[in-house]
Amino acid sequence: MNPSAPSAADEPQPWVCTVGRVALIVATAVVIVIAIGFLMLPLVALITYQPLHDLISNFGSQVAVDAIKVSLKTNAIAFTLMVAFGTPFAYVLARRRFPGRSIVVTLVELPLVMPPAVAGLGLLVAFGTLGLLGHTLSALGIDLAFTQAAVVMAIVFVASPFYLRGAIAAFDAVDQTLIDVAGTLGAGPLRRMFRVALPLAGGGLGAAAAVAFARGIGEFGATILFAGSFQGRTQTLALAVYGLFDANLDQAVAIGVLLIFVSAAILLTSKLLTSSWQTSWKSTSFSPGERSIFARR
Amino acid sequence: MLVGPSGSGKTSLLRTVAGLERPRVGRVSFAGEVWLDAQRKVRLSPERRRVGYLPQDYGLFPHLDVAANVRFAGRRERPDLLERFGISNLSRARPQQLSGGERQRVALARALARDPRVLLLDEPFGALDTLTHQQVRDELSDLLAELQLPTLLVTHTFADATALGHRVGVLDQGRLAQVATPSELVRHPADATVAALTGANLLHGTATPAASGATVTLEGGGTLSSAARATGPVQIAIHPWELELANAETSTLTDTIVSVRQDRGALIIRLTRVTLQAKPIDNGQRSLEPGTTVGLRAAPGDVRVFGPGDNL
Repeated sequence: MNPSAPSAADEPQPWVCTVGRVALIVATAVVIVIAIGFLMLPLVALITYQPLHDLISNFGSQVAVDAIKVSLKTNAIAFTLMVAFGTPFAYVLARRRFPGRSIVVTLVELPLVMPPAVAGLGLLVAFGTLGLLGHTLSALGIDLAFTQAAVVMAIVFVASPFYLRGAIAAFDAVDQTLIDVAGTLGAGPLRRMFRVALPLAGGGLGAAAAVAFARGIGEFGATILFAGSFQGRTQTLALAVYGLFDANLDQAVAIGVLLIFVSAAILLTSKLLTSSWQTSWKSTSFSPGERSIFARR
Repeated sequence: MLVGPSGSGKTSLLRTVAGLERPRVGRVSFAGEVWLDAQRKVRLSPERRRVGYLPQDYGLFPHLDVAANVRFAGRRERPDLLERFGISNLSRARPQQLSGGERQRVALARALARDPRVLLLDEPFGALDTLTHQQVRDELSDLLAELQLPTLLVTHTFADATALGHRVGVLDQGRLAQVATPSELVRHPADATVAALTGANLLHGTATPAASGATVTLEGGGTLSSAARATGPVQIAIHPWELELANAETSTLTDTIVSVRQDRGALIIRLTRVTLQAKPIDNGQRSLEPGTTVGLRAAPGDVRVFGPGDNL
């Protein structure tokens, strides 16, 4: 109530502080609005480009239906391959320390930073008819380029590093002690992986799989170079957007909207998966009474 | 029981017995069965050794409930074990919902479901607060007595080792310094590290031979007589209860009081160089205010002399 003169001068001026804070809040708000606007506007533009019934009827166009079929089939196969082979591979890379491990990890991650078009070109000169392995393969009667198998290969090549990276991190995060204890309790390597490492890494694996799946659905560059864009055979949704761009913009936009919804669904699934996985066993409250009633049901 | 300071190799030793380490040299055998012989490249995997291993923090599987944790070991339900350890009512609980003592019981039940031939316990009280610590230690002591299983327990606390084991081994820098009963370790420590671990004061000094034993001139001033013969730089160890307060003017060793506290009927006097434990009766006789300089004396037989070697 009675501030002496010198100490009053040292104290921060309340009104300066308030103006500064208001300015900061306003500036932050403006930046956020601009950022969200920039990110959301194209989505809004795509969705509102044509009247709703046109949009829905364009979903049913032959090109769209074919592209949906190709996308679903190739991505389902590619996804299965990635998870089936990638999971044990990631487990070994995360759990074992061997000479050259970091080189292997770097090689695995290389496709992440490689331009997809270069990946497609690489696949073509490796497996194409005139390619490195293609010679041998075509002698055996196998022609990979510009087939659905090529689409699957392109997707696996481009998307699997996303899964591997996430899966290695997920397995890395599992406490080694728990796996060791499982061993002393009589569990062999397979049981240690399936009963301990996999369930504990589950959330991270799911999130990594979702990212890889989303990357696979959106795959464009490698596919168009290695597999081409043939409707009903190798034309995926992403390729159809590009293919229709000149011919029928309304249909291209409709497929674009479809891809937005698919991506949003994948993102949402991965978020839900990660959080529900954790909360299912990380809750800390427990009362025996409550639980026994629960168990009787 | 194995006791030793941090980094002395306690955990590595347990993990080696459990089969979780690949040492370059060494041999582990149990009841005539060789589990590890590094020279002959024999190494039985952990799942084939039948050990009950409890790591620090017990290593319960967080994604499995209590019953499933116990079931993991024997691949079948073990209501008998849950009953025996008093955790039947917790069978649907997750490990992170349990108290420290409950976790220990679950971990023990799980280890026993494995039907182990030896129990390996790594710092079983590492993560517990003091109050829980006592309770869990008593509980474990009773259980171990009841189980009648060979047990290898490592801890860095001498008190825990003595409370739980009949024979205590002291590990220091990967080397087994001494194996003896707790009282034997206190009375006849093999070296300065063992003495320090049992709670003795360690002082550095230089010994000169005297008529009966040696006189040790301490770093920082003062002398103490020892019944042991010694020459040159030495370390001496004296337990807090072997030191006595004496008149500052007539004593060969003096020190200044830092703090005084009561601990379970004893008076713990902390000085700048040593700690002294006295009967509270002494309190009334002298002024024990912090800052007071007092004389110290010890029976020459209690002043143990060791080489200057390792320093803690």
